[in-house]
Amino acid sequence: MRKGLSWFNVTSIALGFAFLYIPIVLLVIYSFNASRMVTVWAGFSTHWYWQLFQNQQLLDAAWVTLRVAFLTATVATVLGTLAAITLTRYGRFTGRTLFSGMVYAPLVMPEVITGLSLLLLFVAVDIDRGFWTITLAHITFTLCFVSVVVQSRLVTFDRSLEEAALDLGCPPFKTFFVVTLPIILPAVISGWMLAFTLSLDDLVIASFTTGPGATTLPMRIYSQVRLGVTPEINAACTILIAIVTVVVIVVSIMTKRQEIERQKAERLAAAG
Amino acid sequence: MASKATGRWLVLAVPYLWLLALFLVPFLIVFKISLSQDAIAQPPYFPTFDLAEGWAAFKEAFAELSFENYGYVLSWDNEFIEAYGSSLWIAGISTLLLLLVGYPIAYGMARAPKSLRPTLLMLVILPFWTSFLIRVYAWIGILSPEGLLNQLLFALGIINRDAPLQILNTDTAVYIGIVYSYLPFMILPLYAALEKMDETLLEAAADLGCPPFAAFWKITWPLSLPGVFAGCLLCFIPAVGEFVIPDLLGGSDTLMIGKVLWTEFSVNRSWTVSSAVAVLLLLVLVIPIVFYQNLQAREVERR
Repeated sequence: MRKGLSWFNVTSIALGFAFLYIPIVLLVIYSFNASRMVTVWAGFSTHWYWQLFQNQQLLDAAWVTLRVAFLTATVATVLGTLAAITLTRYGRFTGRTLFSGMVYAPLVMPEVITGLSLLLLFVAVDIDRGFWTITLAHITFTLCFVSVVVQSRLVTFDRSLEEAALDLGCPPFKTFFVVTLPIILPAVISGWMLAFTLSLDDLVIASFTTGPGATTLPMRIYSQVRLGVTPEINAACTILIAIVTVVVIVVSIMTKRQEIERQKAERLAAAG
Repeated sequence: MASKATGRWLVLAVPYLWLLALFLVPFLIVFKISLSQDAIAQPPYFPTFDLAEGWAAFKEAFAELSFENYGYVLSWDNEFIEAYGSSLWIAGISTLLLLLVGYPIAYGMARAPKSLRPTLLMLVILPFWTSFLIRVYAWIGILSPEGLLNQLLFALGIINRDAPLQILNTDTAVYIGIVYSYLPFMILPLYAALEKMDETLLEAAADLGCPPFAAFWKITWPLSLPGVFAGCLLCFIPAVGEFVIPDLLGGSDTLMIGKVLWTEFSVNRSWTVSSAVAVLLLLVLVIPIVFYQNLQAREVERR
């Protein structure tokens, strides 16, 4: 059997990544276009970025979006981690099927249904729609994603560490913060990031659950995109892409380093 | 140890109650409103249940509920049934295309040297982190009549400048958009299944004289089936209700139920009909959703 990559594998990977990345690269390149015509290259310029920073509507929308995303990610991480602990540690309990159903269903639920149902809830209980209703809606659908990410770490986790702490008289609450949390922390952090970007990204659910005065960045971009492609939107998109790329790379390097240190510690423990 | 039990109970109760209040209850409300009628009022439907008005009023309101909206949605005179059908069709074809595109990529990644795999994995996930809306938007600039694809084809002399390819605002653009946006969701489960596979099985098959292609069908494909199911469901179910892609890339004749629901809600302002559309969409999707949940639950328990 031949080892390594065959030409077939190399080609399929290369074509696949070309397909994934070329549209994004083109978008970034054309944000530096001097011409207002998006498809005609007329030289390098950062004009649209300056224009962007004078667009107060867009900046306001970005600020709303960031605040919603930050709050959403933080609350969803706490709730999602609790849900993950329940599903992996509690065994069978009454209502488990319903609970796991409610955790997994939002992962695939079409956004129009989630959005509509939450809107109708907010109308039924008669609360003012806006910043807070968007945040509540976002927490609900992102907590499920957090829970899945944290669960996948919890099931591969060596429980004897927790048991040792409990046997030595450490209270359960403290055991969680001293033993469990540090070990599952990388998964919790990636859960937070996932929730943050999902919230940052969401158009449909936010459009349903918003009210006067709370327009998020995707809603603003969407209403401009419907009128056609503009270099200003290209510039806004490029900034978003740059932020997300940097954050993802930094976090993945961080978790990788932590993983290596953990392995080193485990080897030392085994040798000692 | 009363406090221990309380703590345990709290860990369960907080997310449970949250999901009951903001996931399950909203569905019951959607169902109730789908049985109501439109009204020019606030809220724009009747009957409304107000417990303060007493039991008699409650019973009276209950009697006013009807399946009228379902009759409206399911009548052949309106285009709802067509929209359900064409959504399922578009999502089905897209899922098939996703499998055809995603499988070779996942396969190549799973056979790559171990040291390269985390990087390849990150490169697949990275576009998923960048905004969905941006990724769809990027295709408008490529596919439009004066877009980059047509310019390239013109420069290569393949097409005439007067007759650019009409791809934007057609179903083809919707397929491209769905395949592009959902590709990571297809690749990741496939990769997870293929990476776990024991390669010595293929060596054994080769030693026994099995040609590589037959070995693929008899060994690799069956072993990757859990990944295939997970990937297909993960793409198919949300694609059926997709709204942004048909709205931005599709044409006026692209009929998808997510877009119809949105129009019914925001343009026609009929909350009751859009609720009925949502309930029926959920009924259409309930079998694949339950199937997907069982697959997920089994996956977690097996590890």
